[in-house]
Amino acid sequence: MDKTVTDLAKAVAPITDGASVMIGGFGSSGIPFGLIDALVEQGATGLTVISNNAGAGETGIARLLRAGRVAKVICSYPRTPGSIWFERRYEAGEVALEVVPQGTLAERIRAAGAGLGGFLTPTAYGTKLAEGKETRIIDGRGYVFEAPLCADFALVRADHGDKWGNLSFHATARNFNPVMAMAARHSIAEVRQLSEGALEPEHVVTPGIFVQSVVEYRIRP
Amino acid sequence: MNLTQLNMLSDAQLAARVAQDIPDGSYVNLGIGKPTHVSAYVPEGREVIYHSENGILGVGPTPPPGQEDLELIDASKRYITLAPGAAFFEHTDSFAMMRGGHIDIAVLGAYQVAENGDLANWATLDETYPPAVGGAMDLVVGVPTIFVMMKHVNRDGTPKLLERCTYPLTGLGVVSRVYTDLAVLDVVPQGFRLVELTPGNGFEAVQAATGAKILT
Repeated sequence: MDKTVTDLAKAVAPITDGASVMIGGFGSSGIPFGLIDALVEQGATGLTVISNNAGAGETGIARLLRAGRVAKVICSYPRTPGSIWFERRYEAGEVALEVVPQGTLAERIRAAGAGLGGFLTPTAYGTKLAEGKETRIIDGRGYVFEAPLCADFALVRADHGDKWGNLSFHATARNFNPVMAMAARHSIAEVRQLSEGALEPEHVVTPGIFVQSVVEYRIRP
Repeated sequence: MNLTQLNMLSDAQLAARVAQDIPDGSYVNLGIGKPTHVSAYVPEGREVIYHSENGILGVGPTPPPGQEDLELIDASKRYITLAPGAAFFEHTDSFAMMRGGHIDIAVLGAYQVAENGDLANWATLDETYPPAVGGAMDLVVGVPTIFVMMKHVNRDGTPKLLERCTYPLTGLGVVSRVYTDLAVLDVVPQGFRLVELTPGNGFEAVQAATGAKILT
């Protein structure tokens, strides 16, 4: 088995117009910048982007927004210092926004990856973000039903990877990357270093079964 | 309300006051913004383990310039170091710690707090401004002790402590204690109960700056 792909362009080639794409990262950490740049060049548009943030500055998701490729953002925290491209597109009504509490976002993604039909969480019960959702009282406490969230593709960033798709991470660059790799139908991993042999099994965080292709991108932002 | 009559604590003094109430051996989540400064004031001899929602237990101090690891940041996106005994984990584990009652104390900022413990800290009434909730709603449902650290009044002198919040809620009945630049107040079933006034302020002046009755 060899899931390695020789370059970023080949790795993102399967992404089509209108696709839903999970993108790992939190703040500037753990974002697959190489894959995002390749996706901008590739040209797919009308994308639904699922990520914690909505980009900052001129790189990453901000580049996709600037290029007008994003129809909808599903995230917990779109507004960060420098999130000008998101704000411009949002104010112009050019991008739809679904704000999801961060833990609910992560767990909805996990539910999709784990084959679950959703879950009940106390998060957001009684607030605006639970409006219109099914609720239930369990042992006197209110819970909100949250549906699984899957995607056509996931773009993730890892530190090390091998040809079987096994991944390991560095510091807080782990964040949403493992769970997003689980939940997408086609997960593409950008790794800082492609291992010559197999990763040490005890060090594998994301097992290769969740990853469809691996591409090396040595730049660590 | 004439704000010049009040003696308001500085942000650093407020952080130092909150830090006194963080016990040895506790697991603590510090919200983004002002609460991140609390860790600098925890008294010597107490070991407190700081959780950051982006996947760390054991957040340490800011690194010296030039020694930042660009992939080692906290929830405020600041560069950090690790404390001894630190661990990394992915997002669903991080939020299991928060929702699952494993974190002892969270310190959060707020736009408004109500006497019934309702918290509003994620959205205003300005619909043109994109809302951003982050991890606040997950923290308040799962962490048993929620400390709020905030200014007592808005810049225009209107109160932030109210009978009921007017901004969209983050959580219902979740606040344990409020630390402001004028007072420390517990949220009890009957409402806000005074713990202490900050130095130089009289009860009447602080009550006048509060949009709900303060119990003594």
